[in-house]
Amino acid sequence: MKLDDLQKIAEHEVDFQRAYKHRINVCCSSGCVPFGALKVLKAFQEAVREFGVEKECKVARTGCVGTCSVGPAVIIDPGDYLYQSVTPEKVREIVRDHIVLGLPVKDMLYHGEAFFKKQRRLVLRNAGKIDPSRIEDYIAMGGYSAIGKCLATMTPQGVIYEVSRSGLRGRGGAGFPTGQKWSLVARTHTTPKYIVANLDEGDPGVFANRTLAEADPHAIIEGMLIAAYAVGAEKGYIYIRAEYPLAIQTLQKAIAQAKGMSLLGDNVLETGFKFDLELRFGAGAFVAGEETAILASVEGRRAMPRPRPPYPANSGLWGKPTLIQNVETLANIPVIIQNGGEWFSKVGTAKCSGTKCFSLTGQINNPGLIEVPMGITLREVVYDIGGGMQDNRPFKAVLVGGPSGGCLPEALLDLPIDYDSLTKVGAIMGSGGIVVIDDQSCMVDTAKFFTDFCVEESCGKCVPCRAGLVKIKETFENITQGTGKLDDIAALDKAGQYIKEASLCGLGQTAPNPVLTTLRYFRDEYVEHIVEKKCRAGKCFRNLKKEEDDAQ
Amino acid sequence: MTVGTVKLKIDNVEVAVPEGTTILEAAKSNGIDIPTLCNLEGLSGYGGCRLCMVEIHGSPKLFAACVTPVGMGMEVITQSDKLREYRKMAIQFILSERTHICAVCVANNACELQKLANDLGVDHVMFEREWTRLPVDSTHDFLVLDRNRCILCTRCLRVCDEIEGVHTLDLKMRGKDAQVIIDLDEDWANSSSCTSCRKCAKVCPVGAIYVESVALEETKDKGIAEFVLSRRNRK
Amino acid sequence: MTSTSKVRVATVWLSGCSGCHMSFLDQDEALIDLAQQIQLVYSPIMDVKVFPENVDVTLIEGAVANEDQEELLKFARERTKILISLGDCAVTGNVPGLRNGITNSADAVLKRAFVETADMNPQIPTDVPTLLPKALPLHEVVKVDFYIPGCPPPADLINWVISRLMRGLPVNMEGRSKFG
Repeated sequence: MKLDDLQKIAEHEVDFQRAYKHRINVCCSSGCVPFGALKVLKAFQEAVREFGVEKECKVARTGCVGTCSVGPAVIIDPGDYLYQSVTPEKVREIVRDHIVLGLPVKDMLYHGEAFFKKQRRLVLRNAGKIDPSRIEDYIAMGGYSAIGKCLATMTPQGVIYEVSRSGLRGRGGAGFPTGQKWSLVARTHTTPKYIVANLDEGDPGVFANRTLAEADPHAIIEGMLIAAYAVGAEKGYIYIRAEYPLAIQTLQKAIAQAKGMSLLGDNVLETGFKFDLELRFGAGAFVAGEETAILASVEGRRAMPRPRPPYPANSGLWGKPTLIQNVETLANIPVIIQNGGEWFSKVGTAKCSGTKCFSLTGQINNPGLIEVPMGITLREVVYDIGGGMQDNRPFKAVLVGGPSGGCLPEALLDLPIDYDSLTKVGAIMGSGGIVVIDDQSCMVDTAKFFTDFCVEESCGKCVPCRAGLVKIKETFENITQGTGKLDDIAALDKAGQYIKEASLCGLGQTAPNPVLTTLRYFRDEYVEHIVEKKCRAGKCFRNLKKEEDDAQ
Repeated sequence: MTVGTVKLKIDNVEVAVPEGTTILEAAKSNGIDIPTLCNLEGLSGYGGCRLCMVEIHGSPKLFAACVTPVGMGMEVITQSDKLREYRKMAIQFILSERTHICAVCVANNACELQKLANDLGVDHVMFEREWTRLPVDSTHDFLVLDRNRCILCTRCLRVCDEIEGVHTLDLKMRGKDAQVIIDLDEDWANSSSCTSCRKCAKVCPVGAIYVESVALEETKDKGIAEFVLSRRNRK
Repeated sequence: MTSTSKVRVATVWLSGCSGCHMSFLDQDEALIDLAQQIQLVYSPIMDVKVFPENVDVTLIEGAVANEDQEELLKFARERTKILISLGDCAVTGNVPGLRNGITNSADAVLKRAFVETADMNPQIPTDVPTLLPKALPLHEVVKVDFYIPGCPPPADLINWVISRLMRGLPVNMEGRSKFG
């Protein structure tokens, strides 16, 4: 297949889709399938046949729309009508009223319009709109035209220049400038070079990368192709958690399709450019998402991080230069190439351009997957997109950055979301988890919960993380069981600071964040626990209560 | 390829060392002492014990001297109140995680952990100590592995893999539960790969691997890895 | 110097082997100088039944292993200005602490010592203080001001710490600690 053929496929596919008057997109991502999305899909297929509208209705299985709390979600185009909590029983009614009679079923429509209003979808541009199992769908949306543009009209340096100009920073959490990373790899003369896409999302409550892979696998593949062209790599790996079966399936299919159309392989689009791609499955550990641990795991060794330098850009897989990028970063690349780096740099803030996907969860009305421009405030995320607190309960804190993020109080709600402001207040961008906490949660208990997680996930290599976190956990147990001492607060502070500064990898360096931020912003709750043996949320001292009950 | 020379300052002393040298080597060759535990000359760098942490002027981060290569113009600080405190904390954490009782240990007075604790002035452990009951493997003819004394520095793993070349020893589990295992977690007596070379016992900084009924001072040999390497590389 | 202006010193022996007290006495002629400045008010080597009030320095040997010891330690803490953990048992738990890794260690050790290995009349003693679930270092029970590790701590180290304290000088254990 040549470049021109790509254009032809796109045109043909657009014509093919125009032949349908309606398009029914049923979200079949990991969020909606447990709610019965597959049955809904089948019901739609049967219903359109029943009403004799299968010629004018295309029923498609798509990826995530974002409204994960009200699944299964169904979008009917044209008009972008979003139906929530669709059941197979309701399907006939929807098809009859909406498709046949042209009257959308109002009481089944999604009413949280604010959920979408402040979002900006670049990475998730195709999520919920295309069938991820059909490469033609992606091509019809302009897919693979960016790699086409690179191969036909741009030099590798030109690609890196555009990416640098876009101001894109790594979405894996640390926020390293992507263009700079690329030129580091491009500049090395050692060959072969490798690309690794990080899809090992280990945080509890975080599902942005998985959803991306399930909804738009080709965006990741195209991003990798462009990166490979820019840095001169011939082989790539997608490192994905083995716990993501649907995403694995989707990606495997996508890779096979891309190979079939010679978008991957020895002669990409007959230009002589060579790039091959393989999946590698994660070792089921949180730490395996750390870039040097990924390298070890891809090579077949125990997924333990190693000190940097040498950075993977110089010595990565099998000692060769390796570019490691989060899949979200890679999915941004085609957009940048199509629209230009300058255009992209205007999205978001001056220092942090672009958007960021967040898994929004917790005690709010509209949890789900969101993509927002950088610089949006936490208040907008919680109250506008999130639709405010569930049952109008008082807001207490928001945990930004997953299990090793920071718990921020109400006073910081107007903080703009970008790498630097988050770091300043003790949180991190991390993998993009936002958990909203109301007054039913105890901050001491919350910090304890996330510390427990990090204790379980520590690889055991360096002392601060391995032994230090255990001691923090024990101190928490004392505090929440009524045997805490006031000195414990200082000890937690000291140990937390030490672990943060002395640990080897990102896991250890960020693991004390929940402890340190709750100590910083919710210290009174600690004191209350220790001095008064009182937990205002009623979560702690279960053992004491039990003893009292037993005594009575 | 010629190897360039890198000039840097360590504790305000100007030193010049070949490119690629680690901060630890550079300090050592200039008579500046940085405490280490998991590091051993002749073995690959590990960076696990975090005792050799140093500050580099202009960076808010700390660096493990054993695995950080020198850079031109670096200003390294190896002694400061913060570093002293952090080193003490590292020792306390190590002492707190397993049953480290010097009085009943074969390594008493020949133990690097004990020596570091004494030198750094650790006089107690501020956290509750764990009292572990991990399995002790004494099935081998003369080598004993006591996991309760292990500090997971992996010197034994590295010497077994890199110097002896058999990779009998490895780790299982993770985090605080990590343990040294023999082959695929078998009794040492059943190991098909172990050559009984004793190198693991020679490099163990504590009393976790030792030779039965021999005074530890006699079996310890920190220089073994470097010695083998130097013989191997001799033309 | 009158006896009232002397530093009031007590020494306590909990679950330890008395080796630390031996080491204390091992200060040889330094003891004579020390005796000029201190007044021993409570110690296993003297016949005082109740821990006195207003003690300036208390040196405690041994881990806290039973309820009586816990009570005595807390009592001593209340009546002492400077409390020092003397020796590894007091500082780390040491040998008495070795039982801590066993579940239900209090019962297990009694059974082992008084039943399983008894040559005659095996029985668990009942008229002695109850063992705590774990033998603990002192600072896990009360606040401890200084630590002199060692099994036993060398006589000159004990002397060094006490004389520094009496002269009001800081005690930096760097290069002086001696575990084991």
